[in-house]
Amino acid sequence: MSVLPIARNTFRECVRDKVLYNLVIFAILIIVSSLILGAITIGDVKQIILNLGLSTISIFGTLIAIFIGIQLVYKEIDKKTVFSLLAKPVARHEFILGKYLGLSMTLAVNVAVMILGVYSAVLYLRQSFQSADIQILLAGGLILVELMLVIAIALLFSTFSTPALSALFTFCLYVIGHFNSDIRQYGASSDSVLTKVVASTTYYLLPNFGNFDVISSTAHGQFMTGGVYLFSAMYGLAYSTGLLLVAMWIFQKRDFK
Amino acid sequence: MPRAVIRTQGLSKTYRTGFWKTRSVLALDRLDLEVFENEIFGCLGPNGAGKSTTLKLLMSLIYPTSGQAEILGESVFNLATRRSIGYLPENPYFYEYLTAEEFLTYYGSLFGYSKSELQSRVPHFLKLTDVFHARKLQLRKFSKGMLQRVGIAQAIINDPRVVFLDEPMSGLDPIGRREVRDLILQLKRDGKTVFFSTHILNDVETLCDRVAILNRGKVIGSGQPNGLVDQEVTHVEVVVTGIELEHLRQLAGPEARVSHSGTTSRLELPAQAPLAELIAGIERVSGRIVSVNQVRQTMEDYFLKVVGKPERQAASNVRS
Repeated sequence: MSVLPIARNTFRECVRDKVLYNLVIFAILIIVSSLILGAITIGDVKQIILNLGLSTISIFGTLIAIFIGIQLVYKEIDKKTVFSLLAKPVARHEFILGKYLGLSMTLAVNVAVMILGVYSAVLYLRQSFQSADIQILLAGGLILVELMLVIAIALLFSTFSTPALSALFTFCLYVIGHFNSDIRQYGASSDSVLTKVVASTTYYLLPNFGNFDVISSTAHGQFMTGGVYLFSAMYGLAYSTGLLLVAMWIFQKRDFK
Repeated sequence: MPRAVIRTQGLSKTYRTGFWKTRSVLALDRLDLEVFENEIFGCLGPNGAGKSTTLKLLMSLIYPTSGQAEILGESVFNLATRRSIGYLPENPYFYEYLTAEEFLTYYGSLFGYSKSELQSRVPHFLKLTDVFHARKLQLRKFSKGMLQRVGIAQAIINDPRVVFLDEPMSGLDPIGRREVRDLILQLKRDGKTVFFSTHILNDVETLCDRVAILNRGKVIGSGQPNGLVDQEVTHVEVVVTGIELEHLRQLAGPEARVSHSGTTSRLELPAQAPLAELIAGIERVSGRIVSVNQVRQTMEDYFLKVVGKPERQAASNVRS
């Protein structure tokens, strides 16, 4: 099974490309914010720090997922490292899976460290934890699933397109995916059958990133049921699996000239 | 009858090019090839002849348009066969952020070797390819020759039965070429079969048991290097000194080609030319014979002959 060595090497590549340096910026941001919020103590500081922390985790993660994800396969083909690698007993689908898991591992570490940072900030500002703070961990988990979906989209495009186009496509899908529910509602309220069909098809075909929108509810202490978390996580993983299967199929058919 | 470890039958590859993929380029045309156990087999041809395409088809990096290819009696698409083969791509680029040691460990782990097995294998192959001293150095800092040696190390990390090398001597200095040549000969001594592509004629003459010459995707000649080259004398070369050029031209006759440099003249005569008369004539006018050589056809002559006139210019450009 060659998936793990490939995943490990992808993780190492990300580390050596200094991807995790974004943690330094995050650390500075969270420390400075905590110090300022600790000093002014106006309003709900926990809400502000959670909003800031979780949004930063999501934004940094999305940027990494897109800009590293689009290069995952393209770089190996462009630099011709794929030639010697695929001449080893490595099935093409194992290569795709290994690259995907490698970047997912990187982002998992990134998110985990950042979530620890958010917990530290909460502890600093409130001097104690509450049982509801488990929501922060669950939100972090769901953000990671969302990022894994972004990686899958970027990786799919990187199997057949250039990095610039892949970045554009991935970003477009990411933005549209956040308005997916609105598209569905627009279709439902429309009188045109064609609009209804197009809106409905778009809703079911494109990823619905609204499912992962937990930052605001977590910050406001609105308790989400386990079922909602589970559904969103399963949705993200299932969608990512589907995209990976398409990426594997495209990669399997490719000629490496 | 020796056993064929590489066999292709009617192997063809057509690339679709252009934005709409409407144009087609025939890169390989019905290649029939057999390479036997423990042979060093050379695939010779000018740039764009189809050598790399052949290797990529054998490595299943590209799919054939038609035909079949087998390695060790199994289809090239059989994943298990790749445990017994090694491949060095042309102009290899490896993961430049890895050290040589990390790189070989990574590639070794793709074969499922345990940590302890890798700890013995990796230093062994680094030493064999003479890059052990630079094992802690990132590959981005490696010279072309060192990268090529690491490339060979990754190709043989699994102790393969068949090794495929795409232009292994390309871009190397004379010392580097010599080292790679010695490595290839060592692989043969270790009982392995080596299939390599090259456009360097000297490599074929000094290394190969058999050779196939490709041009425009077709095999236009194959066999033992000595067998391909006509062993008959093509002409006689006489080097003379102490005689005037005009005098020499008169003695040699109209069929001779005469060139002159300093006090030395060089005559190219037909193979059957009456040499005794010529030598006597030169000595009569106090000229001195420096050397008389029978010249046979070289691999270069053969290559240029079979590759044909349109390729002569290109071939002379690539020859080193």
